[in-house]
Amino acid sequence: MVRLYAVVAAGGFRRHATYRAATAAGVFTNTVFGFIVAYAYTALWDVRPQLGGYDKPEALTYVWLGQALLMTCAMLGGGFEEELSERIRTGDIAVDLYRPADLQLWWLSGDLGRAAFHLLGRGVVPMALGALAFELALPASPWTWLAFLVSVLLGVVVSFALRFLVALSAFWLMDGAGAMQMAMLAGMFFSGMLLPLTLFPGLLGEVARALPWSSLLQVPADVLLGKRTGWDLAGAYAFQAGWAVALLGAGRLLQSAATRRVVVQGG
Amino acid sequence: MDSDFIELDGVEKVFDVRRRTGFLRRERREVRAVDGISFRVPRGEMVGYIGPNGAGKSTTIKMLTGILTPSGGRLRVAGIDPARERTRLAHRIGVVFGQRTTLWWDLPLRDSYRLMHRMYRIPDRRFRENLDRCVELLDLGALLEVPVRQLSLGQRMRGDIAAALLHDPEVLYLDEPTIGLDVVSKAKVRGFLRDLNAERSTTVLLTTHDLTDIEQLCRRVMVIDHGRLVYDGALAKLHEVGESERTLVVDLERELPPVTLASDLSVRVVKVEGPRQWLAFPASVSAAPLVARLAADYPLVDLSVREPDIEAVIAKMYASDPAL
Repeated sequence: MVRLYAVVAAGGFRRHATYRAATAAGVFTNTVFGFIVAYAYTALWDVRPQLGGYDKPEALTYVWLGQALLMTCAMLGGGFEEELSERIRTGDIAVDLYRPADLQLWWLSGDLGRAAFHLLGRGVVPMALGALAFELALPASPWTWLAFLVSVLLGVVVSFALRFLVALSAFWLMDGAGAMQMAMLAGMFFSGMLLPLTLFPGLLGEVARALPWSSLLQVPADVLLGKRTGWDLAGAYAFQAGWAVALLGAGRLLQSAATRRVVVQGG
Repeated sequence: MDSDFIELDGVEKVFDVRRRTGFLRRERREVRAVDGISFRVPRGEMVGYIGPNGAGKSTTIKMLTGILTPSGGRLRVAGIDPARERTRLAHRIGVVFGQRTTLWWDLPLRDSYRLMHRMYRIPDRRFRENLDRCVELLDLGALLEVPVRQLSLGQRMRGDIAAALLHDPEVLYLDEPTIGLDVVSKAKVRGFLRDLNAERSTTVLLTTHDLTDIEQLCRRVMVIDHGRLVYDGALAKLHEVGESERTLVVDLERELPPVTLASDLSVRVVKVEGPRQWLAFPASVSAAPLVARLAADYPLVDLSVREPDIEAVIAKMYASDPAL
């Protein structure tokens, strides 16, 4: 069992690793955007230091982290969900369903493999370039980095669980494009990709920080910046793990409903 | 058990189709994709399952794999109810959907086989033996390290067939395994299936549009139309039942009125175009006496015989069956 899903995860890693030119282009894009957003943040924090509880190096670290995790946590989508919803639309899902394997675990394994590749292939270089060009607030302690990686792993699982729900909606909608677009907008704003969620006042801020998308960037970033330590770190993990379990459970329910009513499209 | 390896008793599949007829009004319509089918397939038999598009072939196969639940009737494969124990059954069956692939698109063929190894928990030795055998017989040696997206259709199909057989399935469902393949690839696939059936007595259920597949592989053929089994028997008899006709195309020296031959030869002229004439005669009758008579009575330049194709045979069968 475990070996099967390990092979699937390894496959997910290698599938993305085969496209080297795409990876290089992606790194370039992330870096360019990193610079643009970093200068915008610099202007903002010069006027309003300590905005959202971050000083300027922390805010710039947040920017580069956002670029580094953009693909890993698939904040704007771009993992497996187009593929899965396309398979549902064309009926290729039939092939996945007759296999002696669990659909959700199968795609989760593949997505974890993909995320691992994207962390190395799309994350490390922009982060390093950002650190060279700007003064960042990177932690010295390896424990903080380790705590951060755990939080990223949980973030990837939450991200997967959300996108799995979106992809399965294709069973009912027949075309997942609309649902995916909405998920992308929600991901862009509520993950904290545009601006840290700590900036938003009042109810909007409260709600944004409580939604699952904050697990994708806001929470891992705060762990890396040392804002969450001790029991607060345990609370951050519990928040992410709670959303992961709840959303994976919802995915399972949707999956069994979908396979029961399955009308496999086409011949 | 061995004589009823695959068992269907009055199996039905009804889809509910909703259609918008007005701003809010919807019309519900029942589509009976499979409408009470019963048959038995003994272990080790190779059966052709044919019918026009939309007849219910793929729906039947999907029920046999367990990914669709029948709306009615009883269905067993190797004693297992597919819909209820899909995963247990999956270890004992192999499936090839000709128009879909189970292989990893971006990765070399070998990676997909490694996945099958783990997925079906195939013992290492068995896996190696089966892979070596498939590689040899399906000529995959040079393709193992090639990403699947770079394979030709025929190569990919052979790759898919190998993937379906690594876990020694007792039954193999093939849905259009030769669709879109060239003559050489088709011959290769057919030869492999014949050997597989002979050596391992794997039960094979084959849907196809290509009559040659059936002729070369299956003694028994089942014809389905509108979700019902309209014929189940030997292929040779299908031509009789369908009153199928072969066509003799004759080129005469010059333009002549339609050919007339002695009445004991049941032949009729279908078409005349200049010096060329098309003559239809029953598929069960030998062409030799007909050709001899033609050559004796007419100034013959050239001739050719055209075999009936499956679509025409089946179409004629429906037309001649008042129950349909």
